[in-house]
Amino acid sequence: MPKITFIKVDGERVETDAKVGNTVMEVAKELDLPMLAACGGALACATCQVVVDEEWYEKTGEVSEDEEDLLDTAHDLTPTSRLCCQIPITDDLDGLVVSLTPMG
Amino acid sequence: MTKQTTHTTDVAIIGAGPVGLFSVFQCGMLKMSTHVIDALPATGGQCTALYPEKPIFDIPASPNITGADLIERLEEQIKPFNPVFHLDQQVVALENQSGNWHLTTAAGLTVSAKAVIIAAGAGAFGPNKPPLADIEKYENKTVHYLIQNRELFRDQRIVIAGGGDSAVDWALALADIAAETYVVHRRERFRALPESVAQMHALAEQGKIELVIPYQLASLEGKGDQLSAVHVKTLKGEDRRLEADHLLSFFGLVNKLGPINDWGLDVHNGLIIVEPTTCATSVDGIFAVGDIAGYPHKLKLILSGFSEVAQAAHAAFRVVHPDEALHFEHSTSSGIPTL
Ligand SMILES: Cc1cc2nc3c(=O)[nH]c(=O)nc-3n(C[C@H](O)[C@H](O)[C@H](O)COP(=O)(O)OP(=O)(O)OC[C@H]3O[C@@H](n4cnc5c(N)ncnc54)[C@H](O)[C@@H]3O)c2cc1C
Ligand code: FES
Repeated sequence: MPKITFIKVDGERVETDAKVGNTVMEVAKELDLPMLAACGGALACATCQVVVDEEWYEKTGEVSEDEEDLLDTAHDLTPTSRLCCQIPITDDLDGLVVSLTPMG
Repeated sequence: MTKQTTHTTDVAIIGAGPVGLFSVFQCGMLKMSTHVIDALPATGGQCTALYPEKPIFDIPASPNITGADLIERLEEQIKPFNPVFHLDQQVVALENQSGNWHLTTAAGLTVSAKAVIIAAGAGAFGPNKPPLADIEKYENKTVHYLIQNRELFRDQRIVIAGGGDSAVDWALALADIAAETYVVHRRERFRALPESVAQMHALAEQGKIELVIPYQLASLEGKGDQLSAVHVKTLKGEDRRLEADHLLSFFGLVNKLGPINDWGLDVHNGLIIVEPTTCATSVDGIFAVGDIAGYPHKLKLILSGFSEVAQAAHAAFRVVHPDEALHFEHSTSSGIPTL
């Protein structure tokens, strides 16, 4: 199973084995990490915003036009900001590191 | 707060989303009267605010129904129970006063109820405010999320932030009367009517608007409630200082749990923890249903919310009428009771 590391806002690192087929958001929720993900992955809330480690950004895949549209309503974006309900876990993501953002 | 009006009811329902609306029905079947409060000016919660035109496929016995139609049908179903709606006002306080719950809204209204059902979804819908230091001190004076009077901007230097229809439409509406109009957006593409976007680009070519792209808001500068400049930056860290008298911020709606955090309830990651068979919260007489209710393996589905409401209404009956027998009847036997 691909290993995923979440870095919390306070710097704490949480490592987990993720199931292929889930999204990064689902993995974070399963771990009960501080993330709202209020719309449950419906691409309607932007509260699952993360910053992907630069080395991994390309591997997380294309950002869809709908995700770009919703990112327009997010704040404090970085060049590797993503909505993590839109990142499906694949074997290629073994080692992925993402940082959580403040819960608003 | 302007005027003080107090209403009395059996059950106060916070949130007029699909689950709040169906709470009226289930309470009504047990002959409990209801008042419903929502921060939005319209009923329907997420169905109305986020996806009125989208078809929903997993409502039992409705193979395909849009968000807007679902809400219309719920409204029709609950009509016999004469619910009283207080819209466009957030519930800001919930207190127990000698056994009754007093809800106070931002508009100064009070509802006194024997039991409360919280169907607040992900929290009250309100403007998505950029997280800029000190923004509150300018709000409604020189920082705006909603425009009521365009004359306010005559001969003023304005910064419009956002990339959707509101940003584009207001840029078109104000370019002629404002002294300077900047539109700050993080990328080339705007999520707005293509004709409007084309008009905006034309105005930019004529020098009536300046498109500040690809920039994000960074900070505000001003004195008291008077803005004097808006600082923006690119992802690469380039800065610009836009001298401005007003900021018009259009980033859509977001949900904020806000005051619900302060009501002594067990809240975790935006959910109110409930006992799933009754939807009782950690506070007696207060129930939570729908998206905001949390318990192990919770599914944020409309149909789960509907079922939770039936459980909650029966549990609330015991609070509203502690000395009355709770008699279970199917709707086919009872019909629609009159209140
Ligand atoms: C794009 C999208 C597609 C979806 N598709 C489906 C689907 O196919 N099937 C399905 O079952 N579900 C779907 N959902 C989820 C569904 O919409 C939610 O489960 C449902 O809306 C929850 O209803 P609710 O009444 O609990 O909360 P909401 O609909 O969120 O309504 C809560 C209301 O409470 C109000 N409120 C909150 N706090 C306060 C306060 N303090 N004072 C006053 N008012 C307050 C809010 O303003 C809001 O209007 C979808 C959601 C989205 C975003
Ligand atoms: S969970 Fe809402 S957009 Fe990702």
